Amino acid sequence: MSTQQHARPAPVGGSLLNATTLVCGVLIAVMATIILVRLIFGLGATTNLNDGYSWGAWVVVDVFIGSALACGGFSVALLVYIFNKGQYHPLVRPALLGSLFGYTLAGAAITFDLGRWWNFWHIFWPGYFNVNSVMFEVAACIMLYIIVMWIEFSPVFLEKLGLHEAHRKLSKLLFFFIALGIVLPMMHQASLGTMLVVMGGQVNPLWQTPMQPLIYLLSAIILGYGVVLFESCVAASAYRRQVEISMLNPMARVMLGIMGFYLLVRFADLIARGVLGQAFQPTFIALSFWIENACFIAPFLLIRSVEARRNPARLFLAGVAVMLGGILLRLNGFLIAFDTGPGWTYFPSVPELLVTIGIFAAEVLGYIVITRRFPVLPREEAYAQPTHS
Amino acid sequence: MRTEKPAPSSGENTRRKFLKGCLSAAGTAVASGTLSTLSTPAAARDTYQRPPEALGLLYDATLCIGCKACVAACKQANDNPPEFSTADKLWDTPLDTSGNTFNIIKMYRHGTMTTKDAEINGYAFMKTSCMHCADPSCVSACPVTAMTKDPVTGVVAYDPDACVGCRYCVVACPFGIPKYQYDSPTGEIGKCELCRHRVADGHYSACAEVCPTGATLHGRTRDLLSEAKRRLALSAGSITRYPRGSIDGGPEQSYEGYVGHYQQHVYGETEYGGTQVLKLSAVAFEKVGMPNLPPKSSAATSETIQHTLYGGLLMPFAVLGAMTYVAKRNVHHEEDDEGAQAAAKKAGKEGS
Repeated sequence: MSTQQHARPAPVGGSLLNATTLVCGVLIAVMATIILVRLIFGLGATTNLNDGYSWGAWVVVDVFIGSALACGGFSVALLVYIFNKGQYHPLVRPALLGSLFGYTLAGAAITFDLGRWWNFWHIFWPGYFNVNSVMFEVAACIMLYIIVMWIEFSPVFLEKLGLHEAHRKLSKLLFFFIALGIVLPMMHQASLGTMLVVMGGQVNPLWQTPMQPLIYLLSAIILGYGVVLFESCVAASAYRRQVEISMLNPMARVMLGIMGFYLLVRFADLIARGVLGQAFQPTFIALSFWIENACFIAPFLLIRSVEARRNPARLFLAGVAVMLGGILLRLNGFLIAFDTGPGWTYFPSVPELLVTIGIFAAEVLGYIVITRRFPVLPREEAYAQPTHS
Repeated sequence: MRTEKPAPSSGENTRRKFLKGCLSAAGTAVASGTLSTLSTPAAARDTYQRPPEALGLLYDATLCIGCKACVAACKQANDNPPEFSTADKLWDTPLDTSGNTFNIIKMYRHGTMTTKDAEINGYAFMKTSCMHCADPSCVSACPVTAMTKDPVTGVVAYDPDACVGCRYCVVACPFGIPKYQYDSPTGEIGKCELCRHRVADGHYSACAEVCPTGATLHGRTRDLLSEAKRRLALSAGSITRYPRGSIDGGPEQSYEGYVGHYQQHVYGETEYGGTQVLKLSAVAFEKVGMPNLPPKSSAATSETIQHTLYGGLLMPFAVLGAMTYVAKRNVHHEEDDEGAQAAAKKAGKEGS
């Protein structure tokens, strides 16, 4: 197959000890300390959580937003393995790596947010688990997906360790894990939207709809491509490599197509339910709604033409806009437009923010260590001189 | 040279057609699943109604004198520590329910506050405690069945030994009732369980037991509902007999009193499919902190979506089957597998 002629993944190499990794290490140490304090003294000692806003940054940002931003692996796999667009293959491993860390850390983050974490296993234990609960579906699916992703990514480690036989056997079954790795995120990313439904009238009508599962699923796929745009540009800049424009350009076009459908669904739902008027009231919530949707509309202006999509800066900005839109969709539904009655306010405490920052630092550090030491990013020489004739 | 697109192979056309079919099937599965919840799908989950022998309370705000005997009795019955909101910290003075306060009486104040139960320049009381919904959001939300609804009494109970502390119940409840103990490393959810632990000793809800005016009345919800409707049918200012304690048996301790200027609405009769705690008030319910809720519960909407998408895991397995088939055709071993390719080359054959 011609796709063989793509640059093979290779370790980037270089030192693991630099300013970025040191800063990440410090941030991770701070996070670990705060988690220890939380485990000894409780959630009240470390967070601003209250009974009006019982879910704060650790749930909404670390898990809901963190997992959505970790949809790169899912979105790219969808393109490569389901839509059979082999030309995007070099994007698979880096995207999967981002997803792997995003999800694994989201799973870790939810554990110390749980008020009674030592009972965590109940979620997977028949006799305890409640199949009617959206939370059950999300938790079980995310756990399974984390395992599936480690299996999907394991060829990278097997290659490095030279375990060719194990690698060969695994690759015969890989198609099944790839399929699982597409179905599982479809399920729980949709359910993260359904999570809002049971909250009823506490969620502003602009975000309270039975269409949430579709809206969240589409936004997660879009976010996946947005994050790949962002990550590719950042990785290229940090490692002084070329931006993979030949792949990012058409992928961005796919993203625009799905985003057009997303906006259609989003606004058709608002109009059908007759609540679009709420968006035109002079409220902070209406403003937040428009910023959210402006972020999804902005890429149409930034990267509409093929020429515009050849500009790495525009691709980067479009990626950032899409990420912001997806972040706001989730922040709006679960925090900003969530109203549990008068008297309740919430803004994350400094320790809460430091833990969230620590989690992102752990993702960055993990990405650097793995890409420098393991074959993830496409071999750079391939761009300069063709290795295959 | 690198090429951007795979060279078309024979059979590409049929495969592409097949792919399109597979994808549109899988893609529309989720879409149609969510869409169908808007109409009437097979997996539709109706709003649950109260069990026939459901137990509850009737709170009549016009009878409440704000003595807060029920607040103290609730603390005692549930062995909860006091909470302070004053500088001297002499008395239990919670301002709202919490992980350690399951029942409080709140006050509506307006203008000069001269007239009881008047919306303008008046004041009124309102009890805040679990409504024991017919179709509770907290029970639907709980991933580990720590929140349960008794099939006979309908009491919504909490089991700390099952709870993982995710606090979805706290977020889901439209009344803001389940609350978490944030100040403890082993915090539990706290909420009224209608004193189910005192039934064995021949007791009923402590708040109703101690209420001096019968403003909080215990009993079967269907009896309480008839009592509430009886009161609404009386003309304001007339005299009637008010039971105290429990409406179902117990010592006779009723008394005569004046009929209040009721809102013609039994709160909890139909809200979210009905609640087992019912309320009467002279001041509009929304003004005394009771949310305006439709007769359809959000638990029913949420579970209809879940059952439509995941019922019997049919849809996930169908999509997984389609995805597995497509992925098997599209995964090229040699791309993902340098080692295997090396082995294949060694064997002198080129896999595709």
